[in-house]
Amino acid sequence: MADELYYQSITSLSERLGKKEVSSVELTRAVIARTQAVESQVCAFNSFDEKDALAQATASDARRSSGGALGPLDGIPVGLKDVIAVENQPLTASSKMLADFVSPYDATVTQNLKKAGAVLWGRLNLDEFAMGSSTENSATKKTTNPWDRTCVPGGSSGGSAAAVAAGEAIASLGSDTGGSIRQPAAFCGVVGMKPTYGLVSRYGLIAFASSLDQIGPFAHTVEDAAIMLQSIAGHDPKDSTSYRAKIPDYRAELSQRKGPWKLGIPQEYFGEGLDPEVNAAVEKAIEYYREQGCEIKEVSLPHTKYCLDAYYVIATAEASSNLSRYDGVRYGHRSKDAKGIVDLYFKSRGEGFGEEVKRRIMLGTYVLSSGYYDAYYLRAQKVRTLIRQDFLKAYEEVDALITPTSPTPAFKLGAKADPLALYLCDIYTIGANLAGLPGISLPCGFASSGLPIGLQLIGQPFEEANLLSIAHAYEQAHEWRNSHPQI
Amino acid sequence: MSQYEAVIGLEVHVQIRTQSKMFTRVGTGYGHPENTLTDPVVLALPGTLPVLNKAALDAIIKTGLMLGCDIAPMCKWDRKNYFYPDSPKNYQITQFDQPICIGGRVEIELPGSARNVMGEHKTIPLTRIHLEEDVGKLNHGSHESLVDYNRAGTPLMEIVSDPALESADEAYAYLTAIRAAIVQGDISDCDMEKGQLRCDANISIRPIGTTELGTKVELKNLNSISYVRDGIAHEIKRQLSLMASGGTIVQETRDYDGTTGASQSLRSKEMAHDYRYFPDPDLMPVEVDEAWKKRIEATCPEMPFDRQRRFFETYDLPYTITSVLVWDRPLAEYFEETVKLAGVARAQLVGNWIVNDLLREVGAAKIALADSKIRPAHIAELVELIEKGTLLNNAAREVFSEMFKSGEMPAAMVKSKGLAAEPTDTAELEQWCRDSIAGNEKAKAEFQVGKDSAINAFKGPVMKASRGKANPKLVDETLRRLLADS
Amino acid sequence: MANHNDIDIDRVAQLARVELTAEEKEKFSRQLGDVLHHITQLEQVDVSGVEPSAHAYPMVNVWADDVAQKGLSAEDALRNAPARRDNMIAVPKVVD
Repeated sequence: MADELYYQSITSLSERLGKKEVSSVELTRAVIARTQAVESQVCAFNSFDEKDALAQATASDARRSSGGALGPLDGIPVGLKDVIAVENQPLTASSKMLADFVSPYDATVTQNLKKAGAVLWGRLNLDEFAMGSSTENSATKKTTNPWDRTCVPGGSSGGSAAAVAAGEAIASLGSDTGGSIRQPAAFCGVVGMKPTYGLVSRYGLIAFASSLDQIGPFAHTVEDAAIMLQSIAGHDPKDSTSYRAKIPDYRAELSQRKGPWKLGIPQEYFGEGLDPEVNAAVEKAIEYYREQGCEIKEVSLPHTKYCLDAYYVIATAEASSNLSRYDGVRYGHRSKDAKGIVDLYFKSRGEGFGEEVKRRIMLGTYVLSSGYYDAYYLRAQKVRTLIRQDFLKAYEEVDALITPTSPTPAFKLGAKADPLALYLCDIYTIGANLAGLPGISLPCGFASSGLPIGLQLIGQPFEEANLLSIAHAYEQAHEWRNSHPQI
Repeated sequence: MSQYEAVIGLEVHVQIRTQSKMFTRVGTGYGHPENTLTDPVVLALPGTLPVLNKAALDAIIKTGLMLGCDIAPMCKWDRKNYFYPDSPKNYQITQFDQPICIGGRVEIELPGSARNVMGEHKTIPLTRIHLEEDVGKLNHGSHESLVDYNRAGTPLMEIVSDPALESADEAYAYLTAIRAAIVQGDISDCDMEKGQLRCDANISIRPIGTTELGTKVELKNLNSISYVRDGIAHEIKRQLSLMASGGTIVQETRDYDGTTGASQSLRSKEMAHDYRYFPDPDLMPVEVDEAWKKRIEATCPEMPFDRQRRFFETYDLPYTITSVLVWDRPLAEYFEETVKLAGVARAQLVGNWIVNDLLREVGAAKIALADSKIRPAHIAELVELIEKGTLLNNAAREVFSEMFKSGEMPAAMVKSKGLAAEPTDTAELEQWCRDSIAGNEKAKAEFQVGKDSAINAFKGPVMKASRGKANPKLVDETLRRLLADS
Repeated sequence: MANHNDIDIDRVAQLARVELTAEEKEKFSRQLGDVLHHITQLEQVDVSGVEPSAHAYPMVNVWADDVAQKGLSAEDALRNAPARRDNMIAVPKVVD
């Protein structure tokens, strides 16, 4: 199965496309066929449009034959999380609230992918409005983990991770607010990356928590992730939080930077709650780097235990305001039972939003409300400053931090009923969002259950080239990327 | 009743005239077909983000400088969260605790005792001016409301005065002054009918001599400057009579109906608004440095009352003339251009012709001053002809009307139409004067004991004898000479 | 800090314009109480002299020139409208 077209990397496929060994139409057909074969089990997609995908593939082939191929992504089927706007395609956030919404505009990253010639393939499932860590909060369907269909794929970008893991897309885009790319990447055994905050435009991404959200790629390899990042990174005048960073050639940098590097192990990330098998796999990875001559340092991020609290105050506060626009007035679900304008808001939102979304809106509204702003929101933003300072202090001595991505491998569907328990899944990923740092998860082994284990590297701000290189070195020395689920 | 005084604060919203909206680059405008000035950002579609409009920032800094505000070195953007169908995001992006302009003042002129008497000047302190975005427009039907988002997102300045106004007349004067400054500063047309300037009033009363503020009532829907004055006057009366009858003033919002002159309590928002203000994470703060302020300062126009004072001093103009020129910057500039040509000594004459005759003609023809065929050079020349005696007043009026239609210069016209006052036969003139003096011993006696106005008695007979053609200046000179000699 | 056992869930739902069932109110009250209890940990942090992080990497003066660009046609603007009339969004009558 590893030979199958739908499991090839972008690097390998773009070479074969370039040599005319395969066409984009053939490749896209293979991906479509694979999707049709396994989707009833994986349930990664909210929707897809085969005709549209094949039309894009045809256009790609035409470009290539007239000598106008656009680069490594030209003709490659890429899936998009159903929170990233694509003109004339559904944009549902896996919510009843937007079940029938069709976007009249493209997100900036969508335009970037189109300019790169990628074949945009399908709308991928997620936890409703990106709120969750298992994709169980989706109002459309539950995505399963391709490695074990009784388990969750992680969340909130569960569909994006599972699709790549199952061969239903060569790569995909997800979004990460508290770990929503990295954690499902770890659960599904693929590479998932969150860029530095501000590197990738948020214009066209349904906002969850404005100061934490970033769009990032899922792929089979680190090099593929670098290719994807190349096409979406860069300043966007439509996003006032977008940074004017200098964008290097990430892929070229991979072969330039060979290390050795200084890596830090934050002691707070290796304590209570960490599954022993995850611990062991990560320790082995650390050992690899040590053997390669990297200096491994124990560091401390003393405010780690406050990350979750600061995150849940800030993220829900911003979300409660960002989701106010979903009211059934101009678009979205409008209740049929509303008796008047006031009722229209209450009922449309009560009916349109799922439980977790409502819960977070309640919490966010509460922490911003009169009398509580200073105690919760303002305080959390101050703690956030301290959290970021912890990281920056560590970076005075190391190039990157190495940690598990998640305390455990994928858990069973329905296992975590208590919201607080689910929130605790995010403890290793949240810090990077609060501090605005880049983070990547890549496979580093399997648990005895057969479920993948993810290794996380957190980098310095705007040092994606370095981060990718560090990850690439480990990946190339191991074979994890060549394992695929039996599905 | 007179033991109480009124305390009024005004919140004035002014639409800044820009090409594009405050947080996105779709066009602005009034009267366009419904929902044709929107884009995904205006409609708050999922995934959209705001981007500041640089020109709006320039405009509010200019306004702040004109009104004597401190421009904050750093200001930021906040979300004001509340739900309403005309507000697409269900939060408004505004400035809560760090606005761009702080303090400031507005000079107002109250009505004088008569039309030609300048009233008292007062300075009303401002609290702040900040920038925010406008909302859409609701059109109410019988069972449904229809929303047009063309206006949503238009840049809006909110000018907040201290609670320092004391009467409805002061409020009227305040709005007139603000509007003049902003229009003359080229920031907005301030057309209230188009919603470009809106005003809410906060009114309370308190015993005279106290400083604590009483319960305030907010008055909304004041759709014209006159309605603002009338509404405030009405509300003050209502509060006074409530106090007099032993009632209590309730903190509420009232809606004033200008046509009926009555107000009513708006169905109360049961609980006080909790706007849950927090800094907008999608927008970055703005820092204004000295260089930026200086650039804007260089574009600030002379303020209306400063111009009035200057006109009094430099041109010795009466209030009846300056009171027209103050409110009309193009007219004031036209006036000064004319005086440059005609000379400061003729400023009053120039002023009269412009404020009376030119304005009348321009008004009747319904054209803009800039489109008038009569330019400063025309008037300067006209005034010179009159002063020299070449053109008499009746003929001058005829020339003016003709000039307005044709744009021909007056000297040429006087020549071609033969309107010049006849060259005076001084001997004939002298004879008419002698005859006139001889015919009125009484006036002669009065004049010779010092009553200067007695000379006017002689002028009538001279004008009659000359059939209206005698040069008044010459007549006056001749009479005086003869009277002195005799 | 507030006594989080006393979340006024009705008031919060009112502010957020979300209609909750009785069960949801009860469940959320409890769950949010738990979360807020956890969050009280933040009180332990010494934040004296610490500036709040409004943005991860502070920038200032981010804006665009005042140039009008093409927007949406009325048709596209209303494409997803639940109810419309005369090219406007229709809602039940708004009474203040």
